[in-house]
Amino acid sequence: MTPTMPTAADLLPLLPELVLVGAAFALLLLDLFIDERRRVVTHVLAIVALLVVAGLIAAGVGGQGTVLNGMFVRDTMADVLKIAACAITALSLMYVWPFLRQRGLYQGEVAVLMLFAVAGMMLLISAGSLVMVYLGLELLALCSYALVAIDRDSPLGSEAAMKYFVLGSLASGLLLYGMSLLYGATGTLDLAQLHAAVAGSAETTLLLMGTVFLVAGIAFKFGAAPFHMWLPDTYHGAPTAITVFIGSAPKLAAFAMAFRLLEAGLGPLDERWRLLVAALAVLSLVVGNVVALAQANLKRMLAYSTISHVGFLFLGLAAADAAGYAAAMFYAISYAIMSTAAFGAVVVLASRGFEADRIDDFKGLNARSPWLAGMMLIAMMSLAGIPPFLGFWAKLAVLRAAIHGDMLWLAIVGIVFAVIGAFYYLRVCKVMYFDAPDGDVPALRRDRPLRIAFSVNALVLLVLGLFWNPIMAWCQASFP
Amino acid sequence: MSPEPLQSMTSNGAFPLLSLLVWLPILGGALCLALGNARAQAARWAALAFALATLALSVPLFTGFDMASPGMQFIELHAWIPAYDIQYHLGADGISVALIGLTTVTTVLTLVGAWSPIKERVSQYVASILFLEGVMIGVFAAMDAMLFYVFFEAMLIPMFILIGVWGGPRRVYASVKFFLYTFLGSVFMLVGLIYLYLKGGSWQIIDMYALPLSMPEQVWLFFAFLIAFAVKVPMFPVHTWLPDAHVEAPTGGSVILAAIMLKIGGYGFVRFSLPIVPDAGHEWAWLVIALSLVAIVYVSLVALVQEDMKKLIAYSSVVHMGFVTLGIFIAFALVRDFGNVDAARLGLQGAMVQMISHGFISGAMFSCVGVLYDRLHTRRIADYGGVANVMPWFAAFMIFFSMANSGLPGTSGFVGEFMVILASFQQHPLIAFGVATTLVTGAGYTLWLAKRILWGEVGNAHVAQMQDMDMREWIVLGTFAAGVLLIGVWPKPLTDLMEPSIAQLASQLAASKL
Repeated sequence: MTPTMPTAADLLPLLPELVLVGAAFALLLLDLFIDERRRVVTHVLAIVALLVVAGLIAAGVGGQGTVLNGMFVRDTMADVLKIAACAITALSLMYVWPFLRQRGLYQGEVAVLMLFAVAGMMLLISAGSLVMVYLGLELLALCSYALVAIDRDSPLGSEAAMKYFVLGSLASGLLLYGMSLLYGATGTLDLAQLHAAVAGSAETTLLLMGTVFLVAGIAFKFGAAPFHMWLPDTYHGAPTAITVFIGSAPKLAAFAMAFRLLEAGLGPLDERWRLLVAALAVLSLVVGNVVALAQANLKRMLAYSTISHVGFLFLGLAAADAAGYAAAMFYAISYAIMSTAAFGAVVVLASRGFEADRIDDFKGLNARSPWLAGMMLIAMMSLAGIPPFLGFWAKLAVLRAAIHGDMLWLAIVGIVFAVIGAFYYLRVCKVMYFDAPDGDVPALRRDRPLRIAFSVNALVLLVLGLFWNPIMAWCQASFP
Repeated sequence: MSPEPLQSMTSNGAFPLLSLLVWLPILGGALCLALGNARAQAARWAALAFALATLALSVPLFTGFDMASPGMQFIELHAWIPAYDIQYHLGADGISVALIGLTTVTTVLTLVGAWSPIKERVSQYVASILFLEGVMIGVFAAMDAMLFYVFFEAMLIPMFILIGVWGGPRRVYASVKFFLYTFLGSVFMLVGLIYLYLKGGSWQIIDMYALPLSMPEQVWLFFAFLIAFAVKVPMFPVHTWLPDAHVEAPTGGSVILAAIMLKIGGYGFVRFSLPIVPDAGHEWAWLVIALSLVAIVYVSLVALVQEDMKKLIAYSSVVHMGFVTLGIFIAFALVRDFGNVDAARLGLQGAMVQMISHGFISGAMFSCVGVLYDRLHTRRIADYGGVANVMPWFAAFMIFFSMANSGLPGTSGFVGEFMVILASFQQHPLIAFGVATTLVTGAGYTLWLAKRILWGEVGNAHVAQMQDMDMREWIVLGTFAAGVLLIGVWPKPLTDLMEPSIAQLASQLAASKL
């Protein structure tokens, strides 16, 4: 098949991406002419841009379809994930502004970098070929590296960015190597053609090697054990508001990448890779939950808890059927909202010179602010998987998928570690409710927009926990 | 694969009585939280008003109940999560109605009992109690397994807070142990429920009753349910969280824990284990019977040597809940091995009466301890002595409840235990003999407790200054006493209420699902 030149009609499904990139460039220019005091304009416009893009996708502007010679796929899954990524990034921006401004770190580039990162996610979500996967991933990753390093005077932040960059590049290398092996084995970069070629050929060593490298690359990007080394350091070292962002929406893109590569590309090999994914799931559950028990720093604890949640998400992937993907996608969306709330709580409590990132900094929060403590309680219980909060239903979905996929043992490993994991979330609740506040903590800041954002974020976990049907219905519609 | 789509409906004149019973207290709890800890008195009155309103709402539950029908009544059925076939499905049979009544009464008494002893963070305290009430009623009314599980687990959060914030010195240990223990128990049930759903395509508990299951499947499911409910009951050897939780919990927490929450374990056996896995239940009934016997005989002896009042009563709860599990599982053997359906019904009936009775007695006993604790701030038995000299009215109540706890005829404690012993006699006289020893040891530890606290010379100067009960304590203990006495002398309305459901249950036991 000879590639054809793209026509204007070909670009229609890309309209939301084009709008987003256009907005990012416009903001970059606009920011030059805005002085320090009015920088909030850039910030608000960035949020508006994200919401507009989400609205465009929700309204179906541009229509679905596969364009640019199969490079770009816009399907229901892509639309749902893009809307979620835009909404969650907009929410993260609410945390970013007060946190960075207070520390004198807020440059116009922050919002712009986040918009470009979202553009990278959207390309990754819609990738139809190995090249597009790589391009989207690198756009996202480069923006993330820069964001983590935004506080260049902080040794911790620079170290985090360096580790993130070096290990992230290694992961990209692994992924690229796997792609080249697959290209060598099948002679195509297009995922649909790859699928057909793999289905029609014997399981050669080359093909399996390529698959293994691809799975390793995906695990790296997710932060699944044993490829998780970068994750705690990066989450811990990055400015908390940036951690809110890199810990949430990119997980949606990572899920899409896993689906596109493993199912859309290597679907016929699923009996092979699902065992790898199941093994990664078990390792992540063990490492994440056990190491999180020993953390005294809340950001590190949440970072290890991320690893364990990746393990749960992989339960759904390992099922390798439509119900499993829907469950994993539901898990990714739920986790993104939960993690925003959990890291967001640290942002809400922090003030200049007081990072509030030790678990002990939450001591006696109930006595200082019952409302914030209640919201944090919701976030923690949701992460622990206690009904009626959203996190429970996400766990239910992946457990159901694992049992449905004849992996009952995996489900049992999952629930045992869910109980172990409950302990460290309970510990946070314990210090908030049962302990007296330390005498020397600074007073809580009265930052209304920040508190409203955090409260909405936590209450969403409760409301969606009671009425999660629409989200699950969208996830199911994504995998007919 | 999935059964006929169910129609959205509300029976009994389209009045969503059960929904109101579930959500009114939860709404009240949210309102109390909104009042804030600064407005303590307002929060107390608001909470009491909501609890009384819920109590009033439970009256039509009894009057409107058709005693002749064994089926679910007051049905409410709405689609909740169509993507996963989860329905908002509420309903109540005789057993549920009795337990909901117990819950609404106990909650009011708990709030009255906490009126002046709880002085810190009052709005959060009363809100936790109201949340618990709503969620526990939800457990008794849920007819959809997933809805049941949501209520079953959601209960942990307010109880965790109750024990941890207002508890004793080791409250943190006790609350975390309580949470993790019960959480570990219930997650296995979750896997079991998901399995049943995938097999039958429905979360409706009624549909699970009709689902044929092979023997290995039944055995796995049986143990999944057993772990979940045995921890809740609690059965020996997974009872160790209970003494810790009881000892450290504030009085209100102990009362709710003993009076209602433990009953959820017994209710779970009746609602899930018996009808869903009857063959495995029959196969493994001996295990539960043996563990119940250990609980009754051995834990009685453990209770004898306790130094702490609350710990003693906590162990006595384990003993009395042993009667519940024994009565439930002896029914298997009686129906399947002897074909003795009447005796099986007697055992089940005894277990259910024992649940209600123990709700009143244990609630009353913990309230008695609360009365003493509020005055002297110690739970050690040795710190008391001769209380009857200074608090004669209180002594009268405590002796009455102690008698009931040891199963004196004329009190509710006698009725259930006697029925269970009678049923177990028809299985094997030796079982009945073992069980009957509790009438001696039970009298031993309870009366010895009463003796050491109430009788004799005034123990010390602190005891000499104790005041007899005030109005508030009169209301609490008086109501409990009325309940104990009423069921003791006239259990018929209670047994009539539950009889059709129990007869149906006994017939479900007899039918093999293989």
